[in-house]
Amino acid sequence: MNAARRNEIITIRGLNKTFGSGDTAVTALSGIDLTIYEGEIFGIIGLSGAGKSTLVRCMNYLEKPTEGSVVIAGQPLESLAEGELLTARRNMGMIFQQFNLLMQKTALQNICFPLEIAGVSKAYAMERARELLSIVELTDKEKAYPAQLSGGQKQRVAIARALAANPKVLLCDEATSALDPTTTRSILDLLREINQKLGITIVVITHEMSVIEEICSRVAIIDNSRIAEIGSVEDIFMRPKTEIAKRLLYASGRLGEEMMGERCLRIIFDGTKTSSPVISNMVLECGAPVNILFADTKTIDGKMVGYTLVQLPENDTVVEKMKHYLDLHSVHYQEEAYHV
Amino acid sequence: MFNQQMLELLGNETLASLYMTLVSTVIAYILGVPIGILLVVTAEDGIKPRPAFNQTLGAVVNVLRSVPFLILVVCVLGLTRFLVGTTIGSTAVIPPLVIAAAPFVGRLVEGSLKEIDHGVIEAAQSMGATNWQIITRVLLPESLPSLINGATIATTTILSYSAMAGALGGGGLGAVAINYGYYRYQVDVMWMAVVILVLIVQLFQVAGNKLTIASDKRRR
Repeated sequence: MNAARRNEIITIRGLNKTFGSGDTAVTALSGIDLTIYEGEIFGIIGLSGAGKSTLVRCMNYLEKPTEGSVVIAGQPLESLAEGELLTARRNMGMIFQQFNLLMQKTALQNICFPLEIAGVSKAYAMERARELLSIVELTDKEKAYPAQLSGGQKQRVAIARALAANPKVLLCDEATSALDPTTTRSILDLLREINQKLGITIVVITHEMSVIEEICSRVAIIDNSRIAEIGSVEDIFMRPKTEIAKRLLYASGRLGEEMMGERCLRIIFDGTKTSSPVISNMVLECGAPVNILFADTKTIDGKMVGYTLVQLPENDTVVEKMKHYLDLHSVHYQEEAYHV
Repeated sequence: MFNQQMLELLGNETLASLYMTLVSTVIAYILGVPIGILLVVTAEDGIKPRPAFNQTLGAVVNVLRSVPFLILVVCVLGLTRFLVGTTIGSTAVIPPLVIAAAPFVGRLVEGSLKEIDHGVIEAAQSMGATNWQIITRVLLPESLPSLINGATIATTTILSYSAMAGALGGGGLGAVAINYGYYRYQVDVMWMAVVILVLIVQLFQVAGNKLTIASDKRRR
């Protein structure tokens, strides 16, 4: 889909957030400009402490920005009075790493909760809650208390609860970080389904690149309180520009720093080439071996993309020959510095 | 020695003890729950931080809690006479009991409410809940088991205070123990009063524990 033609649902301009004041002030976010479009699944990734959790809390004003504007579905949050802000928050559901369910209430009562707060009749709330339980496939658990549910089931209840008041946006703050890989996948599948069936815009905050690759169409990388890089997931995966983007990409493949070397070349396969043995042929042709440091393939948006990180021989003539070979076969590559 | 008259006396004074304890506990909770809520809500990490107010309230609570109970009874004699019309008997013990217990209850309630995970409060805020809704629909119901547990502690503490007040003209089992055991050397009567007090405390504690467990949905 063409992002430019779609409606903006979250528009952030010139956002700064500072905690504390004077000498002890800490900058959490600085100069954030971000546009998220209706119906997309947008990822925000960064290392812990980068500011991503603060950013998502600025979107529903759980944290008030120090400077800048946040516009949600055409409504500038900074212009709203206290009471209007509470109503505006119902446009945005939120789920959390630790689920944050009410422990003394059943699954059904938890889902009814936001509706009760909104002053909806009890009968309608119950009906809507049952409908949502079936969406998250937990119909048989309506009377269960959170303590009786597994982590994945708790997050499903939390998702149902976040959707109860018919929000336009679902904010997910490290929603899968406390879950095992299998459960993570099932929760991500559920989020994708909700996005497709209900058309809800989803913002995913995570420190795991695999989560972004799994469901996001676009991603912003937050580093040191700023947006380091922003673009389609495919672009960033194949052509990471910043240090931090590379670090996050390699972290998902568990590549240690000690595996980095000099004279590295990233050979990129974007799914348009046939499965010819490019590297083997290059080695045979040039008559020198390369050292394969790392390789990874991902399916992004249904397309197979991958790259191989190789260390080239010390001989400069051979290096030139290899690059020439790749150029000749129109294979994309990128030279990497010592510290990738 | 335990003739009809004595048994009647013990029975009546047991009821007097229960009367003082329960009425004082109820009034102490009516005052103490709002104190506890205010302490939590206005704290620096609360949902409506008001540091100056919080510190003042905290200081008042601490001052009231540091006055020894028997001294407090004497200090508030004027207020007791104004409210009850006398300073002798079971009802006269209720004002000092409430004044001593309300700040204590406030701290117990504060402790219970602080057990609620901040994330749960944040979740309610993300749904657009008002502070009042957070207090009445999140903080209080979520901490119910802990509040019941606290109420058990408060009740038994107030019972022992009420027995102390027996030394200063209050009624109840404490007065029986002092008057018969200390002033008349009828040690058997004193022990009987003590045994009844112990039984009442046991009963409260067992009932409180059962209620706490029954109300807690986290362990089932």
